[in-house]
Amino acid sequence: MAWVNAIIQGVLTGGLYALFACGLSLMFGVMKVVNLAHGDLAVVAGYIAIGVIAVTHVPVLWSFLIVVPIMAVLGYVLQRTVIQTALDRSVLTTLLVTFGLSVVIENGLLQFFTANSRGIGANLALVTGAFTIGSQISIAYLLLLIFAVAVAVLLGLQYFLSRSKYGRLIRAVADDKEAAQLAGADYRHVFGIAAAVAFATVALGGIAFGMYSDLDPTTGTDTILLFAFAAVVIGGLGSLWGTLLGGIVLGVAQQIGAQINISDELLAGYIVFLIVLILRPQGLISRGAQSS
Amino acid sequence: MTAPGVTGDGQVGGRPDSGTPLLEVRDLVVHHGQLMALDEISLRVFPGEVYAIIGANGAGKSTLLRTIAGLHHPTSGSVFYDGKDVTGLRPDRRATQGIVMVPEGRRLFGSLSVEENLKVGATYARQGPWHIERVYEMFGWMRERRKQPTAQLSGGEQQAVAIGRALVANPRVLMLDELSLGLAPVVVQRIYGMLPQILGTGLTVLLVEQDVSQALRVASHIQCLLEGRTTLEGKPADVTADQVEAAYFGLAGTAAASRPGEESEA
Repeated sequence: MAWVNAIIQGVLTGGLYALFACGLSLMFGVMKVVNLAHGDLAVVAGYIAIGVIAVTHVPVLWSFLIVVPIMAVLGYVLQRTVIQTALDRSVLTTLLVTFGLSVVIENGLLQFFTANSRGIGANLALVTGAFTIGSQISIAYLLLLIFAVAVAVLLGLQYFLSRSKYGRLIRAVADDKEAAQLAGADYRHVFGIAAAVAFATVALGGIAFGMYSDLDPTTGTDTILLFAFAAVVIGGLGSLWGTLLGGIVLGVAQQIGAQINISDELLAGYIVFLIVLILRPQGLISRGAQSS
Repeated sequence: MTAPGVTGDGQVGGRPDSGTPLLEVRDLVVHHGQLMALDEISLRVFPGEVYAIIGANGAGKSTLLRTIAGLHHPTSGSVFYDGKDVTGLRPDRRATQGIVMVPEGRRLFGSLSVEENLKVGATYARQGPWHIERVYEMFGWMRERRKQPTAQLSGGEQQAVAIGRALVANPRVLMLDELSLGLAPVVVQRIYGMLPQILGTGLTVLLVEQDVSQALRVASHIQCLLEGRTTLEGKPADVTADQVEAAYFGLAGTAAASRPGEESEA
């Protein structure tokens, strides 16, 4: 039963990883931007949530109503300024620029908020509570909620991309931005919308991680970004549901690793990551002949 | 077959030269790196015309159309549309103002369905007679295959979707870049057969065509380019086959004959 429990925990943690990964995947799929500041931005969102809760006393769970719009606007602005400027030079420049952004954010957080770690809503019953099935399986409410949120976010993204006007434009621009211009679309604005959507998911990921664990200024790069990358690569670049599958595979591998030896948790995850890279570099769900 | 949209008023040249041109290009010079692709090209397109640019591979035809669409920046010269200088305008702004191009190679959005391609075209449309339903009426097969990805269509069908995508934007000037490229002659005939219907809604057409006989058949005015320069211009009825051949290949003493593949038209 301990193994079943490990797998269940892994699947649920996969939801959290998918929440990290879907924004990264979206930005790469549309703009070909690998956002190395992705994790740091999630931490920023978490810190904003902490601030918002402290100042306005909104219930912890509802803080996302404020943080998500803030991050979406930040995403649009960053895309239209720093990232687009880099993109106009070359895709490679965006790597340098987002890396620089990551360093600036991390050190800025250290400077202003110290290296202390902070959690979000650590005393809530939702965060600490769990229910049990039988004697061995314990399921945390929070992890179940995060998984449900991840699935809802992916469903929402899928609906947005396939049905809405801007979703259609985002896919058109990702296919051929010159042809989209000829149809009257300002691709820079469409890129900005895509970044806003990606940053909105980053905000949810940051809040979720702050409740699940603790945030400190380095969490962004040493945990969130790495897990997001692993989930995207395992699942398949550019595939929305691939990020959930990738997150689940990563989560299950980590939990099984931890079951074997508690210190092997991360190692097991990265071994699976490497195996997928070697055997199926396009990821488990590949989008097929997507032109780049 | 007389060219549609031209009033046979019998004036010399047969063009409504007295009016203002809808589209005017003045002394356009465009470079691709070191290579001069266009060397002081000028043209005037009047409302309702079918203006055809002909020329061999690498003559600069596509570059000319792409520069008018805003995708290339000219080294010098200017583009006027409806009396206004649009030389500095972004491609998407030109499209929303009514200069819409069907690009060479069709360039459909591959991960979008037929209908979604048309919807993207209609997103920033001007007011006008064209809408998706009307495109479906013109191309009968399209309605029942609207949910299909465009990759599943034949080349001719893809070209029809590309034309439809441009039409639903309600352009005033429709630019067609090498419609016949890679298509069977019978398919090309059928697509050009749609031109009168399109012109009937008040559009002006500027097209680039390698297939000279096709261009001569549909155009009210032709201009032949060779290595970025104009070598012949006039009404199809007023030019002889020998003149066209000389202008096309540069046999009348102009530097070299056709030099294929010099300009990347991809």
